[in-house]
Amino acid sequence: MIEAIGLTKRYGKTVAVDDLSFSVAPGKVTGFLGPNGAGKSTTMRMILGLDRPTSGKVLIDGKPYAGLHRPLRTVGALLDAKWVHPNRSARAHLRWLAKSNGLPARRVDEVLETVGLTAVAGKRAGGYSLGMSQRLGIAAALLGDPQVLLFDEPVNGLDPEGILWIRNFMQGLAAEGRTVLVSSHLLSEMALTASDLVVIGKGKLISQSTTQEFVERSSEASVKVRSPQLGALGPLLVDKGFTVRDNGDTSLSVSGATSDQIGDIVAANGFVLHELSPQRGSLEEAFMQLTGDAVEYHAEIGK
Amino acid sequence: MTLLAVERIKLFSTRSPWWCAALALVITVGITALIAANTSTEFPLTVGVTQAFYTFGMYVVLVMAALAITTEYRFSTIRATFLAVPNRISALLAKTVVVSLLAGVIGELVAFGSWGISKLIKPDVNIAINTAQEWRNVAGVGAVFFVGAIFAIAIGTLLRHTAGAVALLLVWALVVESLVGIIPKIGDDIQRWMPFVNGNRFLTAGTEPFPGEPVINYPFGAWGSLGYFAAISVGLLIVAFVVAKRRDA
Ligand SMILES: Nc1ncnc2c1ncn2[C@@H]1O[C@H](COP(=O)(O)OP(=O)(O)O)[C@@H](O)[C@H]1O
Ligand SMILES: [Mg+2]
Repeated sequence: MIEAIGLTKRYGKTVAVDDLSFSVAPGKVTGFLGPNGAGKSTTMRMILGLDRPTSGKVLIDGKPYAGLHRPLRTVGALLDAKWVHPNRSARAHLRWLAKSNGLPARRVDEVLETVGLTAVAGKRAGGYSLGMSQRLGIAAALLGDPQVLLFDEPVNGLDPEGILWIRNFMQGLAAEGRTVLVSSHLLSEMALTASDLVVIGKGKLISQSTTQEFVERSSEASVKVRSPQLGALGPLLVDKGFTVRDNGDTSLSVSGATSDQIGDIVAANGFVLHELSPQRGSLEEAFMQLTGDAVEYHAEIGK
Repeated sequence: MTLLAVERIKLFSTRSPWWCAALALVITVGITALIAANTSTEFPLTVGVTQAFYTFGMYVVLVMAALAITTEYRFSTIRATFLAVPNRISALLAKTVVVSLLAGVIGELVAFGSWGISKLIKPDVNIAINTAQEWRNVAGVGAVFFVGAIFAIAIGTLLRHTAGAVALLLVWALVVESLVGIIPKIGDDIQRWMPFVNGNRFLTAGTEPFPGEPVINYPFGAWGSLGYFAAISVGLLIVAFVVAKRRDA
């Protein structure tokens, strides 16, 4: 369980995180979504006690990070796969981490096995590919078998195989009842990985909900209407106060109305219908709308 | 104790401390050998002469100590460290102890290595270490390296950047402390309070100054000078730790 309360971070004049409050529950993957520069990494550094909040606080299982005894046993984090001395071997890197939190040396071999680095564990970490570095970072996060896991943009730069591995891996961790917070600036990725979303833009909270709710609430639901009588039907729907867009393929997209309402209007006016189907906006569209750097795409027609 | 073991693993799992130790030894012992071979009746070999070049090894060790912390910042392993040990002061203190102890050991190797090579080159000259002053002159090198490492770690922690920290340390120890004496009137007064000058004073108090060496009116005796050097270094370390605790990692 992670709880942020009024978290704020200023770097000089830049407000990186602005009065952010959210909570992350155990047992599922929570996506931490926002465009680049939204303040995701800064928030994660504050969760981990690396950066000091300008105001507000963030608690892990009710305690600030610095208040955790042997913190690697409670929280595992992968903020940047490059946080390793390039001339130190993966095994040596994990060995000092294990030692620092009173973990047995055999844990090092276990996590190396889990992430599939056993064969190269004695090689210097500086020679690893990005995918291997990422695995080493995950091994470090798992070392203390923690209940809370944080990953900052873990799939950035990985090949499709690596992305799939990490996605399944995080879902496996959540299925074991752990708290998993994963940041990303990619909607498409979060839609596949996360069941809950904390969405931020310019350091501010935009929404916290399930992924599905987020889409339903934010993307304007529309209804696709196909009819040979669009020329008359379109203006009629506009008169009723709905937003209508001509798709250019003898169909209209009507937003602000349910399919029931449109069906009733069509029947009452004696029009012919070839199709009446509710459409769900994509997560990408929802995200663009909410974070504000999207072009307005629903132009009105029919007037 | 755990944290000391952690820092020991970190220090010895990269090769740079070995290189620094080897370099410090080779340079100092090498120069001492050259000088010892060229001593004569006009310029006789003494215990003091065998230890006159310890500063070469010390500069290498100062760089090693500063690097021990600046590379952690460079590669952000300092963040991994603070994640594992959120009590930053404990983590940094453990590092300081381990690195300074290594510096002290290198100091003893440098000192006895320099003395030993001199003995080998001039077996007929009596440079036996007998008096307390002679023991201080040789064995004391380890203590000066130890304290110097604390000073270097403090600078490294404050500046975080390798280039800046190394440049500052070397310019300070090599240039500022020796040149400050040439400032008219107040120069001598400032120089006698300089930390490395006092470290040197600890080693050389009670020996004849070398030809051309400036004669300084020191504020303390031999051990007092070492204490003063240590106090400055520890004071600087405390400032560095307070800064490191407050700022973002
Ligand atoms: N150490 C720092 N010093 C100054 N500005 C920073 C620092 N870290 C982040 N920022 C700024 O804070 C904002 C949020 O950055 P960040 O948390 O990295 O966003 P994200 O991870 O969502 O891309 C950006 O405007 C960034 O430039
Ligand atoms: Mg980021």
